[in-house]
Amino acid sequence: MSEPVRALSAGEAPRGGAWSALDVDAGGVVAARLVALAHALRERGVRVGAGELATGARALAAIDPGRRRDAHLALRTVLCSRRQDLARFDDAFEEVFGGAVLEPHPGVDPGPEARLALPRVSHPDAPPAAAPDQAPTRVPAAFSEVELLHDKDFAEYSDRERAAARAVLRELAEHGPRRLGRRTRPVGSGGTRPDLPRTLRAALRTGGEPVHLARRGAIEVARPLVLLLDVSGSMAPYARMLMQYAQAASVARRQVEVFAFGTRLTRITLELRDRDADRALERASAAIEDWSGGTRIGAALGELSRTHGRRLGRGAVVVLLSDGWDRGAPELLAEEMARLRRSTHRTIWLNPLKATPGYEPLARGMAAALPHTDHFLAGSSLRSLAELAVLLRVGLADPNSRRSA
Amino acid sequence: MNSIDAVGEALARQGYLADRALATSIFLARAVDQPLLLEGEAGVGKTEVARALAATTGAELIRLQCHEGIDVHHALYDWDHPRQLLALRAAEAGRGGEVDLWSERFLIRRPLMAALEADGPVVLLIDEVDRADDAFEALLLELLSDFAVTVPELGTVRAKQHPTVILTSNRTRELHDALKRRCLYHWIDYPDRGRELAILAAQAPGVPETIARRVCAGVARLREEELYKLPGVGETIAWGRALTALGDGAAPADALGTVLKVREDLDRVRGSGVLEGV
Repeated sequence: MSEPVRALSAGEAPRGGAWSALDVDAGGVVAARLVALAHALRERGVRVGAGELATGARALAAIDPGRRRDAHLALRTVLCSRRQDLARFDDAFEEVFGGAVLEPHPGVDPGPEARLALPRVSHPDAPPAAAPDQAPTRVPAAFSEVELLHDKDFAEYSDRERAAARAVLRELAEHGPRRLGRRTRPVGSGGTRPDLPRTLRAALRTGGEPVHLARRGAIEVARPLVLLLDVSGSMAPYARMLMQYAQAASVARRQVEVFAFGTRLTRITLELRDRDADRALERASAAIEDWSGGTRIGAALGELSRTHGRRLGRGAVVVLLSDGWDRGAPELLAEEMARLRRSTHRTIWLNPLKATPGYEPLARGMAAALPHTDHFLAGSSLRSLAELAVLLRVGLADPNSRRSA
Repeated sequence: MNSIDAVGEALARQGYLADRALATSIFLARAVDQPLLLEGEAGVGKTEVARALAATTGAELIRLQCHEGIDVHHALYDWDHPRQLLALRAAEAGRGGEVDLWSERFLIRRPLMAALEADGPVVLLIDEVDRADDAFEALLLELLSDFAVTVPELGTVRAKQHPTVILTSNRTRELHDALKRRCLYHWIDYPDRGRELAILAAQAPGVPETIARRVCAGVARLREEELYKLPGVGETIAWGRALTALGDGAAPADALGTVLKVREDLDRVRGSGVLEGV
């Protein structure tokens, strides 16, 4: 990159342009420019506090501010705190300090700058700038609206409602199964291992006699969670929402594996782990070759056991999300379900049809699989996913939650 | 190291080639005395920055590797209880006289405390801070604010001189805003091809230039692919060394296992012919 402003560093400085002013006047003009920069950053959604501004001024004092590129980099490292901020900063910097051209009279309109220089700790954010190239911001729906969504069937969602439900899904996805881990922490009672340092520390207070035995107990860690999404035609209205749930779970928790199946099995764990939800869903969708086709659940489960058996581990909770319409042989499905269940901690089946009043698991596949599932839930609305979250979080600890086959 | 250029040159003498933005950040971290938070994909040389900086300034490098569940006793200090008890018993037996159990002789210094108490200059590397949990961030925040910690039994320990602090994060989770605001921020990107060639030459001088060029071109192509795990600078160096070891006539694809470590990525690159003509 060329440095178009180099020319102004030496001879032209005293003219009092906004930029060259930095090395002449360390007080007012610089402060006003910095405040203007902070304002431009806030307009772009970058959080800048008074502390960073003070550091910014110190940073400019530490470098040779006649070099525009250095000042740019210095202010950027001070004022930004995440990667997304970097491009916004470059933009704001350009706006405030201009391109190659000096702004002739920085002090011509002291009004707004004086106002900007006022203490702004509690200054409310400016309304979203009407920058034409900015994507419309998605305003989260009012709480009451989300409340209404709770019982609504996913299949009846509008795009807007889908967007509103995202935050709820993200929250629900944070709850998952846990198990006792290898590491321990100090506990008040009920721990399984003696805590020597803590016992000795207490002993110091009693003249070196260990009166109280302190204990440590195992910490809880995430138990592997495997989500199996049915993406066949009949599940299409639900697959998108459940995929969002799976994406949120992959990002929020460790030890989550996600597979999609219709006529074949596709591992989409790595795609969904992307923090950018839209890109993750796009990549996952692209990876799945049999969207909205038929279903062969038994064959898919067989492939899961054979190819990815080691990924699942033996302690996993497997959640199947499917309506149970299966074109394969019911015997195969029953056999594979039984095998899957033997190698997992719990097997949970979510069937959106279950929410329909009077639903009976009559579909052959569903009837064949049901004896081999520990829990059978609906999975058609936010409320049913909330039930799943509660079950995963606390319900599985109960040994009775495993049905005998 | 009193200018940005000087920082860049000093790091280069240690074999670390920083671009101007990174040199600016490091210079400022020292000039305005604030911690520097480095983020970037795995393998772009975040940790190396601290090593090179310590080596070039003659400072002691003190490293705290963060992990899940790290707490004050791993990071800051702990008490040597067995020795305390021994001293107590000895005193009881009338051999030690009066003993102060909460004195410095029973204090075990962990990395953060060691950094505060060091006599000489220190570069404190707090590595992979995103792996620690929120409670630990609060502790760090307190420490990085005034470089002093209070040990309840002993009093306040204040840094003799502020260490240069470098934090790294792989962004497995977003750090707390308060901590980020306390730090300067720099995102380390993959180096451009020219810089990567220079890094390869500096780090692996045994690799002939023809191989180095092919490797850098290959890595640049791979980074444009949609792979699960993009190759970092470390992979570039490993690839260069591997091809050098294989000798004449080896194609870049022969040592692909040094660059790509995910089976799906390997299949994809082999199948698509991305590396053809490199």
